[in-house]
Amino acid sequence: MSSSGKAWRNDAHAKVTGGAKYTDDLKFARLLHAAPVYSDFVHARLVRVDTEAAARAPGVVAVLTARDVPGTNRYGQIVRDYRIFADDKVRYNGDVVAMVVAETRDSAIRAGDLVRVEAEPLAAVLDPEEALKPGSPLVHEDLGTNVVNTHRIRRGDVAEGFRQADLVVEESFRTQSVEHAYMEPEVAVGVPRPDGVIEVYGSMQHPFSTRRFVCACLGVPLSGVEVIGTPMGGGFGGKDDTAAVVCARAALAARILGRPVKMMYRRDWSVRESYKRHPYRVAYKMGVTKSGLITAVQCRIVADGGAYCSVTPWVTWRSTVQCCGPYVVDNVHCDTVGVYTNNIVAGAMRGFGSPQMNFVVEQMVEIAAQRLGIPALELRRRNMVRQGSVTITGQRLDTHKVAMGEVLEAVVRESGYEEKLARCSRGRAGGDELYGIGLAMSYRGVSLGAEGTDFCAAMITVQPDGSIILEAGVHENGQGAESAMMIIAAAELGVGVERIRYRRSSTSTIPDSGTTVASRGTIMGGGAVTAAARELKAKIAEAVCAQLQCPAGEVRFAADAALDGTGRRSVAFDEAIRQMYQTQRFPHAFGVFKAPRVTWDEHTGQGDAYFTWVYGCQAVELTVSRKTGKVRLLGAVAAHDVGRAVNREMVRGQFFGGMAMATGYALHEEIRQKDGRIQNQNLNTYRIPRAMDLPEMTAIIVENPDPQSPTGAKALGEPTNEILAPAIANAVFNATGRRELSLPIRLSAAPEEPAEEDCRL
Amino acid sequence: MRLNINGRDLEVADSVGERKLIAFLREDLDLTGAKNACDIGACGACTVLLDGEPMKICIKRVRDVAGHRMLTIEGMAAADGTLHPLQRAFVERGAIQCGFCTPGMVLVAHAFLLKNPRPTRDEIRKAINGNLCRCTGYQQIIDAIEEAAAHYRPAPEAAPAGPPSP
Repeated sequence: MSSSGKAWRNDAHAKVTGGAKYTDDLKFARLLHAAPVYSDFVHARLVRVDTEAAARAPGVVAVLTARDVPGTNRYGQIVRDYRIFADDKVRYNGDVVAMVVAETRDSAIRAGDLVRVEAEPLAAVLDPEEALKPGSPLVHEDLGTNVVNTHRIRRGDVAEGFRQADLVVEESFRTQSVEHAYMEPEVAVGVPRPDGVIEVYGSMQHPFSTRRFVCACLGVPLSGVEVIGTPMGGGFGGKDDTAAVVCARAALAARILGRPVKMMYRRDWSVRESYKRHPYRVAYKMGVTKSGLITAVQCRIVADGGAYCSVTPWVTWRSTVQCCGPYVVDNVHCDTVGVYTNNIVAGAMRGFGSPQMNFVVEQMVEIAAQRLGIPALELRRRNMVRQGSVTITGQRLDTHKVAMGEVLEAVVRESGYEEKLARCSRGRAGGDELYGIGLAMSYRGVSLGAEGTDFCAAMITVQPDGSIILEAGVHENGQGAESAMMIIAAAELGVGVERIRYRRSSTSTIPDSGTTVASRGTIMGGGAVTAAARELKAKIAEAVCAQLQCPAGEVRFAADAALDGTGRRSVAFDEAIRQMYQTQRFPHAFGVFKAPRVTWDEHTGQGDAYFTWVYGCQAVELTVSRKTGKVRLLGAVAAHDVGRAVNREMVRGQFFGGMAMATGYALHEEIRQKDGRIQNQNLNTYRIPRAMDLPEMTAIIVENPDPQSPTGAKALGEPTNEILAPAIANAVFNATGRRELSLPIRLSAAPEEPAEEDCRL
Repeated sequence: MRLNINGRDLEVADSVGERKLIAFLREDLDLTGAKNACDIGACGACTVLLDGEPMKICIKRVRDVAGHRMLTIEGMAAADGTLHPLQRAFVERGAIQCGFCTPGMVLVAHAFLLKNPRPTRDEIRKAINGNLCRCTGYQQIIDAIEEAAAHYRPAPEAAPAGPPSP
């Protein structure tokens, strides 16, 4: 187990032997196969979708369109604009106009070519700034605007803040659209059950939000659909709306045709249709004094949300709250706008609005420091949040250990940052390989914050033989959520983890506990499991306290037994449970964890945005080839305060995986669109990091248990993914003298050393 | 035509020869360990070993493997279910997250270690470079392969936990 230095997962054996059954591995009798049909349009008014020829093709059972949806064809988590099938317009090239259902997948795919789409092409708007101008084509005419949402922060007086500054730095940044590239593409199976319920098996991150999509589409109550958790080949935030829509389509076909229907996505469909990380444009202005105090920040954030709303308002809210990085700034003026365009939809992706802003902020502080002629570290230390600091939204950080300095110093020490900084190639002559080290840091609000209602349930039922069934309202996305829940339950109950089975999750057995997003699985699910375990212990204590000759409140649990306060008397766990069943008491407990209260004022952008925060810092060393511009990563070090590490090796895995994904963001990855059509739709042309692209990485796990988290654990999945891109950009600068303000960083051959910029003091 | 999969001979009709190999394994034989994640041979999730060499089968037909010995992930563990030391290392080093790349990754590493039981970490990186993983950043996969290498070395150097099964 975790304490022995070996990893532990409940699903590792199945996964390493090929025995794990993912959605496409499941077998169903009389299974039909469905395939989506796209049009070549990017923006067009639909006139007619002619399915006749396709319906007559060999093997085809049905061709379904928006007309066949019995419930609502439009759904969404925030705005109900996501179409199960395009109904009035095609708004992006990934809009699905129809679905072919056939006896074989090949027949369904072939027949899809026979669907004729008649439509009147409309002018497309593919640039978010253009989309905001008067007279731009409208993606959703009924809204009268392409604005999805706005957020703002108004704090202090920025005009006064800039007056106090000795230096004002202004830069514009751009980030790109990137794909989650989970290894398993979207897939769903809808299975009609004799009792009328439609079962859904699928690769989706959010069984409960999937159920809402499916039920809305079918026009049935939530009890009429059961979404069953199935091993999932990666999510990274990407298996939310699109995955839910795929589930809804499979369920729809299953309901109409009365047979199980599988819709398994090809990689090119997945890339073409599924939402991406938002491309951002950020204009940023920062004022600093000679001594390095940040006096003001003004910024404008434009996020390209693509054709539908998805979770753009939430993503951009996090960007707004965290728009100054982990720095205390008394005067802030931030305007954020999410924009509809006819580009690929943008939605949730690991980081959720923070990777973009950290790329900006963590370069701005270094640009400012360089122009001031002071070390960037000094500027960071001077301005970073500390115990009791007040954030830019007016939240005092005093409910937990503020570990910004701790993680920063850990990375500085472990990486040898300061001495290596002195060895960087910038400003030196000679050598084909230019060397640089770079660093970046962040703080991050944990869980949903003021985005939404935040609570989670867990259930523990001890069987008559003492074995335990555990279930929590969090989803196994591949990260090891089930294992973490089991370890937490075992520790709290004082029993061995081998006693516990995690019940395969189903939306019909546990209350809707929200989505497993926002790095909230361990803190929320773990909190609920702890609550359930404590309730269970109270029930067992009640049953055995007479025998232990102590008050129920003094009964302890350890080593698979209930003990009295002194530890001299004990009842074995199995025996205690046996007695409970004998005396007609159920060893069953239901636990709930409710996130502490958060507040938000839309108008001023002030409030206690998140109930707790995590702190992270990463450094990276690299070389840049003077001849080719090729970047080679030499090593990376990360320190993150995780609250408490529940499953140590899995915690390390989150570090490495997050950092790897961030190197792709920094150097390799970009969804390339030409006239609104994605050009790189498979993994040969959309290049995610390979083993040889990555350096050896060092993970420093910092643990400051959070008093508001029953397990002490906080969050990790996203923080690890949100700072390596700016660290790489800073290292590239320290190697070459070139400031890379756009992602991905593409250095052409022979980077030239620019003249040192004038200090505008 | 004759196939040999995980040590068992299998006679199939010639007409099966044109069938996509990955579909044949997954649908006809229920050997679902090989995953189809790209369908163009770009990601390695469908990797099997053919006469000890890694092969991406999403772009192959059944006839392509006739007369050869194929090892899939289902053939790695012992008949009694005991994990191969390489599999055990994947489990113990935290090399598994979502698990979708794991079967291909284990097989590629197995083929590699049979040839090079004393690899450097850079050599391991090179060996698995054709297999994509989005969860782990590869580091604990490399740790696992490095740790398992000892089991591929000839005795008496070999760790006591069991011999490699070629």
